[in-house]
Amino acid sequence: MDKLDQRLLNDFQRDFPLVARPYAALAESLGLTETEVLQRLERLTRNGAVSRVGAVFRPHTVGGSTLAALAAPPEELERVADLVSAYPEVNHNYQREHRLNLWFVVTAPSAEAVQAVLADISARTGLEVLDLPLLEHFHIDLGFDLKWN
Amino acid sequence: MTERGGAERGRIERPGAQRRSQGAERPRPASEGQSRNPALDALDRAIVLATQDGLPITERPYHAVAETVGTSAEDVMARMTRLLNAGVIRRIGLVPNHYALGYRFNGMTVWDVADEHVAEAGRRVGGLDFVSHCYQRPRHLPDWPYSLFAMIHARERAVADQLVERIAECLGPLSRGHLVLFSSRILKKTGLRL
Repeated sequence: MDKLDQRLLNDFQRDFPLVARPYAALAESLGLTETEVLQRLERLTRNGAVSRVGAVFRPHTVGGSTLAALAAPPEELERVADLVSAYPEVNHNYQREHRLNLWFVVTAPSAEAVQAVLADISARTGLEVLDLPLLEHFHIDLGFDLKWN
Repeated sequence: MTERGGAERGRIERPGAQRRSQGAERPRPASEGQSRNPALDALDRAIVLATQDGLPITERPYHAVAETVGTSAEDVMARMTRLLNAGVIRRIGLVPNHYALGYRFNGMTVWDVADEHVAEAGRRVGGLDFVSHCYQRPRHLPDWPYSLFAMIHARERAVADQLVERIAECLGPLSRGHLVLFSSRILKKTGLRL
């Protein structure tokens, strides 16, 4: 990853241009051609450094979502983790170092549909599922300052 | 004092408590259920769906989205501008993958803050530039007293520990206890799915 990749990643986490040819606008500020910017972004997306180029939506924009957690017995963790990840409504699923070892985000078209997924996971695993919906958010999301050294 | 993930505070399983918690003493979510944005029409929703995995990396990405949802590129850009101004879209840009960029220490820090202090605590922690997300979530007493969640990312464990200390200093006596839950594996991570 060279300096231009680093600038692309750090400087354009917000204010992506809403113009017909946004990558050309990025290219101009970086002193590159539009094609070079497209090639770099394709590479950075392919190798995983960039998850996507696009909009970050506020939670609950459309439908409902929640953060859920459960404590899977260590010997059942793999099975439970696979079961949870298999739901299309589960978009994040992390193993964390705690007795509550599985943390996942459920997003669905309605709050009722979110609750139905939690109830289903609870019924299928026999485990208590903690429902921790967002009550308030305090952070103005301006992106994340990446430190490169 | 810093408690770490794996510490036994925050135990959650109770003998016989095999069903999902009913969330006793839990405040009503401010934003759950109905969308906060009744003004979103069908075309707005179609644009959200068409862009949740990202804009295409092509010369005219908004034209491509417009073709998918059946309107003009100008309409897509105007609607996205409106959603941005309304706060429905927080930002548009590159979304880096912290983990792929070497930020292997993804810490979910959780803080027990009294309800009457949570707005002030959230204002302070949400203002720290190294905190990527800061949310209030319901506590589940008696086992899970933590109401303020703040995410941190670091390339080294020692740096992560320093960041947690900075949050602790910034909260002072507003925090009655905290935990840090580091992620040991990312099992699934995709964009918004509807």
